[in-house]
Amino acid sequence: MSKTEQTYKLTKKQKKARNRIVIAGSLFLLFALLPLYGWLKFFLYLIPYGIIGWDVLKKAALNIKQGQVFDENFLMALATVGAFGCGETAEAVAVMLFYQIGELFQSVAVHRSRSSIAALMDIRPDHANVERDGILIEVDPSQVSPGEQIVVKPGERVPLDGIVLDGSSQLDTSALTGESYQRNVQPGQEIVSGCINLTGVLHIQVTNSYETSTVSKILELVENASSKKAKTEQFITKFARYYTPVVVISALFLAFLPPLLGLGPVLMWIQRSLNFLVVSCPCALVISVPLAFFGGIGGASRNGILIKGGNYLEALSHVKTMVFDKTGTLTLGHFSVSQLYPSACSSEELVELTALAEQFSPHPIAQAILQKYGKTPDANRVSHVQELAGLGIQAIVDGKSVLVGNVSLMQQHQIEAIPLENPLGSGVYVAKDGQFLGSLVVEDQIKPQAKEDLRQLKEQGISKLVMLTGDGASIANKVSSYLGFDEVHSQLLPQDKVSCVETLLHAKQDGQLLAFVGDGINDAPVLSRSDVGIAMGAMGSDAAIEAADVVLMDDSLSALPKALAIAKKTMRIVRQNIVFALGIKLLVLALSIFGHANLWLAVFADVGVSILAILNSARLLYQSSKK
Amino acid sequence: MKYVFEMEDLECANCAAKMERDISVLPGVHKVSVNFLTQKMTLEAEDSQLDQILKQAQKICKKYEPDCCIVTK
Repeated sequence: MSKTEQTYKLTKKQKKARNRIVIAGSLFLLFALLPLYGWLKFFLYLIPYGIIGWDVLKKAALNIKQGQVFDENFLMALATVGAFGCGETAEAVAVMLFYQIGELFQSVAVHRSRSSIAALMDIRPDHANVERDGILIEVDPSQVSPGEQIVVKPGERVPLDGIVLDGSSQLDTSALTGESYQRNVQPGQEIVSGCINLTGVLHIQVTNSYETSTVSKILELVENASSKKAKTEQFITKFARYYTPVVVISALFLAFLPPLLGLGPVLMWIQRSLNFLVVSCPCALVISVPLAFFGGIGGASRNGILIKGGNYLEALSHVKTMVFDKTGTLTLGHFSVSQLYPSACSSEELVELTALAEQFSPHPIAQAILQKYGKTPDANRVSHVQELAGLGIQAIVDGKSVLVGNVSLMQQHQIEAIPLENPLGSGVYVAKDGQFLGSLVVEDQIKPQAKEDLRQLKEQGISKLVMLTGDGASIANKVSSYLGFDEVHSQLLPQDKVSCVETLLHAKQDGQLLAFVGDGINDAPVLSRSDVGIAMGAMGSDAAIEAADVVLMDDSLSALPKALAIAKKTMRIVRQNIVFALGIKLLVLALSIFGHANLWLAVFADVGVSILAILNSARLLYQSSKK
Repeated sequence: MKYVFEMEDLECANCAAKMERDISVLPGVHKVSVNFLTQKMTLEAEDSQLDQILKQAQKICKKYEPDCCIVTK
């Protein structure tokens, strides 16, 4: 983010404020060096006070007219005019000066945070090259309707979702997924808006209008996320409403009650009560807490994690139990050949023979074997193909009888096969001319990084990892022990998953939450039943975006530990800000009662604390740019 | 209908909260949120009363922040 820091320029308003501070500050210093007394001092000090404070006084006057007594300007005006009245002329000017410097810093901090936020959301495409009547014209993406053809040149952002008609290229998906790896696209493939086209020219047929495109959905989701407020945020809003009146009324009591009880002169108590007025704005909290949540959600979105509200970000930080669906979440969701056990031929022969026999079968297992073979099998070498339901395939290959199928098929033909011991997937046995050749294992493979990602989740304080699957117990147990799960429930029908999650929800302790992670297909009821529903692989799937509270753009599990880390960091910063801001304010209030605090300290407790809290929250905005 | 309006010179977060509170009780307003960070007001309101609501909302904003205004296109 160093770029924004370098290019940040003060706005016109901020420049004006800076100039006033410089002029009033110089005058103030000059007068402070002169030996001034009495009325002369009073009137001379009115000059810098007027220069620096006229807008505050003006706003205060307007506010009184509108019955706005608890406004910051009014309170600052009252505090400084009060100080003048008490004869503390230098303090009055200094406090106003200090206050304006603080306001300026605060304004700059807010503007910077806003531009960082804008940078975070900078995935919006600014134009689309659409082909109309054979001519290529540049229009706003919202002007393109589905079915039209667009052209995306290298270096441009893909403006709309669509299907590639012509051209091939590499795409940078990092703005959407946070992963900076490049994806190849070819004709016939779907393409998602928001990616950057790197190398070749692409002709794309648009499938969705701009309003329903992936980019629009992501932006809408992130912007609306701030309307779903976290409990902490709601508390701050409520607190802010009562804090100011309570402090101002206490100030009134402090000014007049002790003198009535004979505890000293009125003037002294009024001076002390002025401090109260200065620290009565809850701004530090009102800005920094939402900023922290926004920063957390924005930073997460940059990492390909869409969080639908501050409430879910907060919930995520309390998750102790994580429940995973197996297929498509822990595994890749498609079958592939994982092991080869040739016994009477070479591996290549085994695969080739199986591929030849299975080439006409639409079964996923056959597809996996064909993929392993990698070539198009010669159909002329095969004849008399027979599908044997529940068993496998019988065919004549190169004039010889070939059997491909499960153990039962081998047994039926009295072939002595070497049985596979507890395969993680399905075993496929192959025989030729009544002789056993070998076997292969086809399985839905576990995602390459899964084991490491789950270990990281444990490290981050997830105490219970649970796996749910429709698979048989032997496969389920093997996968779960390999990945380090604490609990596994197998042979579940889709509806069983809901009741399983419900049992887990009852079993956990108060204050600990449960998250369910699924691929967004068929698990909408479970996603909505759990405390935090996480759907993965949202690139293009509307169902997943709708059903879940947290959406991972990628299929990789490594976004999960990242999401947890961001949630925890956000909550830590929010807590720091609350404790720090309230702590300082209460301390200054307490010191003021006993006469140990002056107006300077009070102004620090107001704007100084605000600035520090904003800067603390802003840390969340910058983390996304770090790798 | 749901409308989104940009806001200019929204400088104080506490004021944004106050604006939101006051606008939300205007007749014809179903839901409103004033986002201090993105400087946007999201308004769900009766179409027929929109003009009236915006005029009132503008006044409310001025009351809390004299420089702040809602950009109506």
